[in-house]
Amino acid sequence: MQAMSVQRKKIHPHKYSLWIAMGSISMMFIGFTSAYVVKRAQANWLAFELPHIFWISTAVILVSSGTIQMAVKQFKERNMRRYKQLITITALLGVVFAACQCFGFAQMSNHGLPLSGPVSASFIYVIVGVHMLHVLGGVVALLIMFARAYRTRVRVYSPVPIEVASLYWHFVDALWIYLLIFLSIAR
Amino acid sequence: MSNDATLHSHQQELTHGAVAHDDHGNGHEHHHEDSFISKYVFSMDHKMIAKQFLITGIIWAIIGAGFSVIFRLQLAFPDTAFPWLETILGHWAKGGRITPEAYYALVTMHGTILVFFVLTAGLSGTFSNLLIPLQVGARDMASPFMNMLSYWFFFLASMVMMASLFVQTGPASGGWTAYPPLSALGDASIGSRIGMDLWLTSMALFVVSQLLGGLNYISTILNMRTKGMSMTRMPLPIWSFFFTAVLGVLSFPVLLSGFILLLFDRHAGTSFYLSELFVAGKALSNEGGSAILYQHLFWFLGHPEVYIIILPAMGMVSEVLAVNSRKPIFGYLAMVGSLFAIAILAFLVWAHHMFVTGLNPFLGAFFVLLTLLIAVPSAIKVFNWITTIWKGNIRFTPGALFSIGFVSTFISGGLTGIWLGNSSIDIHLHDTYFVIAHFHIVMGVSAFFGMFAGIYHWFPKMYSRYMNNTLGYIHFWITLVGAYCIFWPMHYEGMAGMPRRYYDYSSWESFKQFVELNKFISIVVVAVFATQLLFVFNFFYSIFKGRKLTTTNPWNATTLEWTTPIHPGHGNWPGEIPEVHRWPYDYSKDGKDFIPQTVPVSPDESKH
Ligand code: HEM
Ligand SMILES: [Cu+2]
Repeated sequence: MQAMSVQRKKIHPHKYSLWIAMGSISMMFIGFTSAYVVKRAQANWLAFELPHIFWISTAVILVSSGTIQMAVKQFKERNMRRYKQLITITALLGVVFAACQCFGFAQMSNHGLPLSGPVSASFIYVIVGVHMLHVLGGVVALLIMFARAYRTRVRVYSPVPIEVASLYWHFVDALWIYLLIFLSIAR
Repeated sequence: MSNDATLHSHQQELTHGAVAHDDHGNGHEHHHEDSFISKYVFSMDHKMIAKQFLITGIIWAIIGAGFSVIFRLQLAFPDTAFPWLETILGHWAKGGRITPEAYYALVTMHGTILVFFVLTAGLSGTFSNLLIPLQVGARDMASPFMNMLSYWFFFLASMVMMASLFVQTGPASGGWTAYPPLSALGDASIGSRIGMDLWLTSMALFVVSQLLGGLNYISTILNMRTKGMSMTRMPLPIWSFFFTAVLGVLSFPVLLSGFILLLFDRHAGTSFYLSELFVAGKALSNEGGSAILYQHLFWFLGHPEVYIIILPAMGMVSEVLAVNSRKPIFGYLAMVGSLFAIAILAFLVWAHHMFVTGLNPFLGAFFVLLTLLIAVPSAIKVFNWITTIWKGNIRFTPGALFSIGFVSTFISGGLTGIWLGNSSIDIHLHDTYFVIAHFHIVMGVSAFFGMFAGIYHWFPKMYSRYMNNTLGYIHFWITLVGAYCIFWPMHYEGMAGMPRRYYDYSSWESFKQFVELNKFISIVVVAVFATQLLFVFNFFYSIFKGRKLTTTNPWNATTLEWTTPIHPGHGNWPGEIPEVHRWPYDYSKDGKDFIPQTVPVSPDESKH
């Protein structure tokens, strides 16, 4: 027991693991976007404009990054009521984001760009879809945090879980910005 | 929840200076017996997880190697019927001869199983788990829970792959690389149906397992080292596990994205990889895809993957050689540097698997250059291994023999890599037996040798008993000689243009000359396979009946794992974690045979 505490610690191992996981997830999207670049350089590439609703989802996810940051702050100040409100809002914004993306998919397929259509469209579905799953993963994490905050028997004072969650949230946000810029420029 | 896992969460709370009620209810109770389930099944002890990986890997190795025995029989005796084959394979071997479909299924599964399930999960899964906490001085992994998940994802992947062997249309059969269109079109072959879906599912689970494991290995190595264990005092296996994990964490996700696109092509009608195809005389509607795109995504993982397989072996061999020649490792920093160089270069050479895909020759030239550059760090490592044992006081334990064998096969196989790395030669040799010979010697045999070295050497730590030495020597010599007899002749077949993955060569005028050679190879295969069963026997027998360990440090080694008790509990050290004062290779120094890492440096000691 004592020996455990002499072990050296600079950065919390969970945060560390998250940083590495973020590198890993980034590689996956680098894989997708490089496949996109390779494919785009070949013949028969159909360019089209991204659904406009993607701009709304961008705004939504940017706001949610703000709310989760505030949630971390409230947690540290032990304003648990505000904290619970803020993570609920963040999770809701995450769901709204996903809904917007799905709406975008519907718009695309209504405009003659279904999933099985031109490769350029298929790529949008897959890349945006996989990103959306990562956001929803974050929503699930927030729901767990929410449930934890309601437990009365066990109280959590360590800010690490919410810090890890917010780091992840900012990451999927940044990832979306990257994808949006990439997909808008490399059409 | 085991006591030690709660130790962890407790400790995290301590470091954050907050008072916490324990999450798990029983955290203040220090010693309670683990139940059978939490000790042997859903264990969070890295040592138990290591054993789980190892034994699962051994089972897979027997299956995967058994498959090769069966298809080698076909290659050696294409006209002979083996009725027992029909007994075990049923309609896949009607009349005692395996069908072409069965042949391709066996070859594909052999590759998949050996590359991923045995030499990736079974090798680095076992030894990263066993050695990282023990050698860096940690109670367990950064996250024992994720570590447990890593094994169980591997187990799930194994179950799905195993199930695919039993479906009616058979397992995937388009090669371990799963190139489209065979892998993308359900109608392309019978192995492209449900077997292919199960293959992809299994591999996706496998990737998750690798990522969970890799995350843990990296954060444990970077965060959980004991006092005094600076990065440059880490034993070389730890460095190799570190680079292995980095390679895996960065390249498996790319493979996953390739698989995701493949799944969409299979089931959602997209055309990422498909274009202008005819199946059974009918034109498909797919347009605009590129099968080469898949190859890029696959080999971006595929090449690092071969180093994921070999780096752990390299690290363990370095350790075993130093310990058993009673000499410090030669050029520690050069060893670390070359591991680093290999890890970087591994990401920059993938297109050497694609020289014949119509790759722009100008681009190909860069890949030739970068590929040949890998020979430099490889040669540095070989040089250092040889200089490490040079004039050493070598103890020829089975572990040491397998390490020396590793160096031999790594040289022989690495040299042919330089041939293949030249695109102009590769155009002739690509997809021939020359490539088979190259990668089986440099990867297959070498990695197995590294794994055997590791098993013989660390078996006493795992099971508190020794393996039988005599059986170990028999195992070593037959395997070494056998491996060369099997794979050396394949170089000649390849140079003569004999392609890989053919069902029957006897109908080709140009390859008839190899009929007898193929027989010879297959007979040796059977002998070598039997010898591996001898090893498996030795392994399981020794777990229960092997000679008992009476000392904590049987090899007189310097590293921390040998400071733990003979039967280490969960948490590894009963008292404090020892502090480290020196590098791990102080052998034959100042008249002392060895100085453990835990001994403080005395003022009159010479510098190494
Ligand atoms: C000096 C170092 C090496 C060089 C220059 C080299 C080069 C090559 C080249 C050019 C190929 C492609 C041949 C072809 O398909 O036409 C190849 C195949 C292969 N190499 Fe190496 N190699 C080296 C070391 C290694 C090592 C250390 C491993 C594994 C531990 C390895 C594993 C493989 C495998 C598995 C394949 C075949 C994959 C397949 O097509 O199924 N190589 N190597
Ligand atoms: Cu390669």
